[in-house]
Amino acid sequence: MELTASLSLVRSEIILSFSALALLLLAAWMDQAGRLISILAVAALGAAAAFTASSLGSGASASAFDGLMVNDAFGNFSKLLIYIAAAVSLTIAPRFLEKAGAMRAEYPVLIVLSCIGMGIMVSATDLISLYIGLELQSLSAYVLASFVRSDGRSAEAGLKYFVLGGLASGMLLFGASLVYGFAGSTSFAAIGLAMDKEVGLGLIFGIVFILSGLAFKISAAPFHMWTPDVYEGAPTPVTAFFASAPKVAAIALLMRIVLEAFGSQVLVWQQIIIAVALMSIIIGAVGAIGQQNLKRLMAYSSINNVGFILIGLATGTEQGIAAMLVYLTIYVAMTLGGFVCLMQLKDKDGTYREEFADIAGLSKTRPALAAAFAIFMFSLAGIPPLFGFWGKLVVFNAAVAAGLLPLAVIGIAASVIGAFYYLKVVKVMYFDDAADVIAESDDKVLVWTGGILAAANSPLGYFAIPVLGVWTAVAAKALF
Amino acid sequence: MIQLVSFYIFASIVIASAAMVIFARNPVHSVLWLIVAFFNAAGLMVLIGAEFIAMLLVIVYVGAVAVLFLFVVMMLDIDFAELRAGFVKNVPLGLLLAVVLAPELVLGIGAYQAGAVTLGTPEAGAATVSAAVPNIEAIGGLLYSKYVFMFETAGLILLVAMVGAIVLTHRKSHGTRGQSISSQVQRRPEDATRNVNQPVGQGIEL
Repeated sequence: MELTASLSLVRSEIILSFSALALLLLAAWMDQAGRLISILAVAALGAAAAFTASSLGSGASASAFDGLMVNDAFGNFSKLLIYIAAAVSLTIAPRFLEKAGAMRAEYPVLIVLSCIGMGIMVSATDLISLYIGLELQSLSAYVLASFVRSDGRSAEAGLKYFVLGGLASGMLLFGASLVYGFAGSTSFAAIGLAMDKEVGLGLIFGIVFILSGLAFKISAAPFHMWTPDVYEGAPTPVTAFFASAPKVAAIALLMRIVLEAFGSQVLVWQQIIIAVALMSIIIGAVGAIGQQNLKRLMAYSSINNVGFILIGLATGTEQGIAAMLVYLTIYVAMTLGGFVCLMQLKDKDGTYREEFADIAGLSKTRPALAAAFAIFMFSLAGIPPLFGFWGKLVVFNAAVAAGLLPLAVIGIAASVIGAFYYLKVVKVMYFDDAADVIAESDDKVLVWTGGILAAANSPLGYFAIPVLGVWTAVAAKALF
Repeated sequence: MIQLVSFYIFASIVIASAAMVIFARNPVHSVLWLIVAFFNAAGLMVLIGAEFIAMLLVIVYVGAVAVLFLFVVMMLDIDFAELRAGFVKNVPLGLLLAVVLAPELVLGIGAYQAGAVTLGTPEAGAATVSAAVPNIEAIGGLLYSKYVFMFETAGLILLVAMVGAIVLTHRKSHGTRGQSISSQVQRRPEDATRNVNQPVGQGIEL
């Protein structure tokens, strides 16, 4: 009875596990049916998302498997975001991978398996389930990064990601073992109780190592070095996936462990989070300036945005967490949109272009694409009235309310620096002489996805605020 | 008494074979000595009643890790004589490292003499195991009840590793002859063999 109750609480993971196994079997017989299996995988993600969404508005929370995992509003909100992001990166992929000769059936299967890991990550309330979920997600990601194995850059990205990811997992495990040793338990609740009394040096060492390992996974500075290389080398749909779903999962995991396990001693971790947030914002903004490759630019942009998101965590308040979730949602829409635009940059021979020089004067040859790209860039820069502005506003608002005024001021100053390179993209597209290398896009899926995401990032997105506000508030409450 | 004797036998063999790992000239011999060390360490684990760890040592370390080392050492064509040739050149660096490590050793001994660190107390609800239950049984009881979902997910991780290895390395090879099992099974003796009554002195017709 206990087991059935627990299993029903993790039903979205179970649905996805069975789908992944069934699709893998299907793939064994139908090797070339990558497209069909992609569609089935999107359907499986939709089913899991529907189950998750059904319990979204309620604040109920139930613990499964004797405290290993929890089914609450926070986990469900994050899962929904992850499934949607994964479904989008599945939808946009087939044409690109077919061109690269790598549209194999394993691509959707690996994405679904990665989603199982991410679902476990965001609902983990124990160091063991945390690690298992993280490893399932990371291992699939390493394979996905080098999926186009005929491309040397893709293979390099996979190897780099694998080696550095292994190092980060090692740091995380070392920290977890220290925390287990000094707190006497792997469960977040019990660690929280043990930390109520007194925090010794051993425990602090453990926390620092856990935070370092997780900072690597969310590509926050100073653990961001792998990001530009991996984002540049990995196939573009995979990069879009990396920049959205796994980032949501790792940030949600970081929020949960910091607040549920270490929540009673805010001062121990707050300065680490503040330092990491500031470094990410500044390195993300300054590092992007010299980039010529648009995918590298997006990588620095994601480092920069992770910094802004972490400001919400640094507050340690319910308002800050809700603001983070709002920002995270908007960030997923912005970054996916940016990559969808990047994937439409094909020249007449069908080769994908990703350099600054290629988009010169794009507004004259491809006005709609240039307009959509400009919307995403302005939104990422946080310029009103686009939706990206709202995310930055709520995060800074929470920081000011929590008394972190200097942090908010530095953040705003750095976002002005960051605006430089976003605006540079727009300037090159609108005011430079037309290079005329980009051909008309023949992929209707990309055009439509880009259009929908652009609409979501335009001022139309503000209509979502009432719903988003309620959901994020309920989700944030689940952590306190 | 017999425990004491076997402890000293196991312990001395562990130390001796560990020394041989370092001193053996041939790297293959080093790995073989490492396997001897693992086996005897497993014996020590049995003596303190940790039979599960003993089995892990034998199965995982000897069965998988050490054999993997052996393969790598044998496959890679490393000229160890050449590697050792740089010894004189690297002596200053080695001495420097030794100078750094020596104070750390002193510090470590100091910390050891200052007493053990205080670890956290296990949570109140933690599973307590009676000494009568063998520890394989205790681990199994926990692994297949509380951690059953994690256990299954670990299976999924292994599946990802397998799928990944195949995706990244498997190539459809052209020009090789594949095996067609059904046609092999369907083949009957009368299709393949022929009885010939061969007359003497004439050529054979094939």
